[in-house]
Amino acid sequence: MASREVRAIGQAGWGRTLGAAAISLIYFFPVLFIIMTAFKTRSDALAWPIKFIFTPTLSNFISVFFRVTVEGGAAEATGFGLYFFNSLFIGGTSVLLALIIGTSAAYGFSRFPLRGNDTYLFMILTTRMMPPIIAIIPIFVLFNVFGLSGTYIGIIALYTAFNLPFSIWMVKSFFDDLDRDMEDAARMDGSSEWKVFRKICLPQVYAGLAATFVFAVILTWNEFVFALLLTGTQTRTVPVQIVRTIGGALGVDWGLLSALETLFIIPVVLVTFALQNQLLRGVTFGTIRR
Amino acid sequence: MSEIRLQQLTKRFQNLLAVDRVDLEVAPGEVMCLLGPSGCGKTTTLRMIAGLESATDGNILIAGKRVNDLPARERNVAMTFQFYALYPSLTVAENLAYPLHADGLSRTQINERIAQVSKVLDLEGILKRRPHQLGEGEKQRVAVGRSIVRQPTCFLFDEPLSRLDIQLRQQMRTQIKEVLEKLDKPTVIVTHDQIEALTMADRIAVMRDGRIEQVATPHDLFAYPVNTFVAGFIGTPQMNLVEATLRAVEDGPDGTARGRFDLLGESFAARVEPGVRRLPAGGRVTLGVRPRSFVLAPPGGEETLRATLDLVEPMGAELLLHLLQHGSDLRCVVRHTTRVTVGETVGLRCKPGQLHVFDENGALVQ
Repeated sequence: MASREVRAIGQAGWGRTLGAAAISLIYFFPVLFIIMTAFKTRSDALAWPIKFIFTPTLSNFISVFFRVTVEGGAAEATGFGLYFFNSLFIGGTSVLLALIIGTSAAYGFSRFPLRGNDTYLFMILTTRMMPPIIAIIPIFVLFNVFGLSGTYIGIIALYTAFNLPFSIWMVKSFFDDLDRDMEDAARMDGSSEWKVFRKICLPQVYAGLAATFVFAVILTWNEFVFALLLTGTQTRTVPVQIVRTIGGALGVDWGLLSALETLFIIPVVLVTFALQNQLLRGVTFGTIRR
Repeated sequence: MSEIRLQQLTKRFQNLLAVDRVDLEVAPGEVMCLLGPSGCGKTTTLRMIAGLESATDGNILIAGKRVNDLPARERNVAMTFQFYALYPSLTVAENLAYPLHADGLSRTQINERIAQVSKVLDLEGILKRRPHQLGEGEKQRVAVGRSIVRQPTCFLFDEPLSRLDIQLRQQMRTQIKEVLEKLDKPTVIVTHDQIEALTMADRIAVMRDGRIEQVATPHDLFAYPVNTFVAGFIGTPQMNLVEATLRAVEDGPDGTARGRFDLLGESFAARVEPGVRRLPAGGRVTLGVRPRSFVLAPPGGEETLRATLDLVEPMGAELLLHLLQHGSDLRCVVRHTTRVTVGETVGLRCKPGQLHVFDENGALVQ
């Protein structure tokens, strides 16, 4: 019999590794393409066939923040600093709020069920069953009546509400999976219900909270429709401004757009990267039994 | 004194009667095992004592005080859980300290206690580790440590040894017993493992379907099981329980009673308790003989049962013989040096005084 190299179980060979690399490259290619374009001059960006070797330039990144908008005029600040701040502030605040409120609600739903608990949970989710564009009309009217249009409070409240159903459902599933004996043990050891929640249950779902946080951040960071209609010039978020940047006298400036996109994905990439271990544990939560 | 007293304790879950009018008393320093098949209500009873489950009816008294309406944290009861329930985000030392924080002890007092407990339970080397870094035996010791670290009024154990392998189980059994003996507190242990109960308990309460069938010392439980359920449940291999008809009770030698029975058409006689005289002749009874109470004898004679050897199970120092007597299966334990061949017909004689007679309701006749 021909001898074959014996490979340790659980270790992939080169063939499989390369195959996996090729497939992930296909997934990653659009992102890679945008990042490359961000460093290209206008003529490089439009060149065909696609240029993979080129002299990189930072001019697109500079024009994100300062550029000539009127022909022959001087470079002006574009206000993108403010829009980035808005995105971070609005997104961060609403996701955190949704997580805090959602975690408390989820614990309640999980540990102190109401009569008709499942009905409530279902009702919470119904708001996410329709496309946002359908909900926008009543919300738009409400915002105008209460003077919330264009305010931080308005959009933060909306995004918080928008993230809540998802946060409640996801965090509840993490609480449901915990070993109840541990809570009973803590009660016997003299803990109040608050301490049981704070010291015993909460630390065990940190990974799940991280996973929920990342998903909520991604959803909120990229939200466009509500932001378009309900933010004003001072509270505008990046996705809205990106769309407004498309166009202009010279057609679409792909380099500029790509630079914007590149900057735009950095926070999400950082958050995901920082929490990736937690994220993995979070999404596999409960799949491994004791 | 801090004794536990249960009075007519009842727990109903919707339509299910989990615990049914249980009366039980556990004295200070006494180890009481609740023993029974799964679903018999033993864990529910324990959880009610702990305050983790509310009682539907009846009273729970700890140290003379009715605690039914006290939440678990105010009962000052320590409990060890089946799956240990160690706090995963805390180290062993922090796990041990947890109940002490709630008692409001100072840092030095806490450290002192932890040092004491870890010495008793041999935890000194693992105080800085977290639960997921511990072996099963270590987890068990930490769980025990956490329950003895403060001074509770009583101790509760839920299936304390079920997760350990046989060797560790024996070790821990001894260790827990030693620890408990030093503490002059009532202890309740829930288990479905009779060896655990027989070795650790001062008294055992055998439960079935939410009711206590018998409360007795391990010896009495084994020697005088009040009914066929307890008789069949306690003792391995299981007691032989055979239906028979009582023919007559005669006077035996030295004033003893001698019962004559019909077993599936065969007659059988053996010494019985005097109480059997009160049973009507021709009545249905159940005869109970432990496998170790049978001795092999040549077939024939009215004191032996004729049976065919069906299967031989070696058990180390002993052989477990499965015998067929007119279609019913009998078990008998003999020394491993005994020469037997499958298929042969043997006689079984009951050792004097070791025949249990249960009346038609399954109650022991004494």
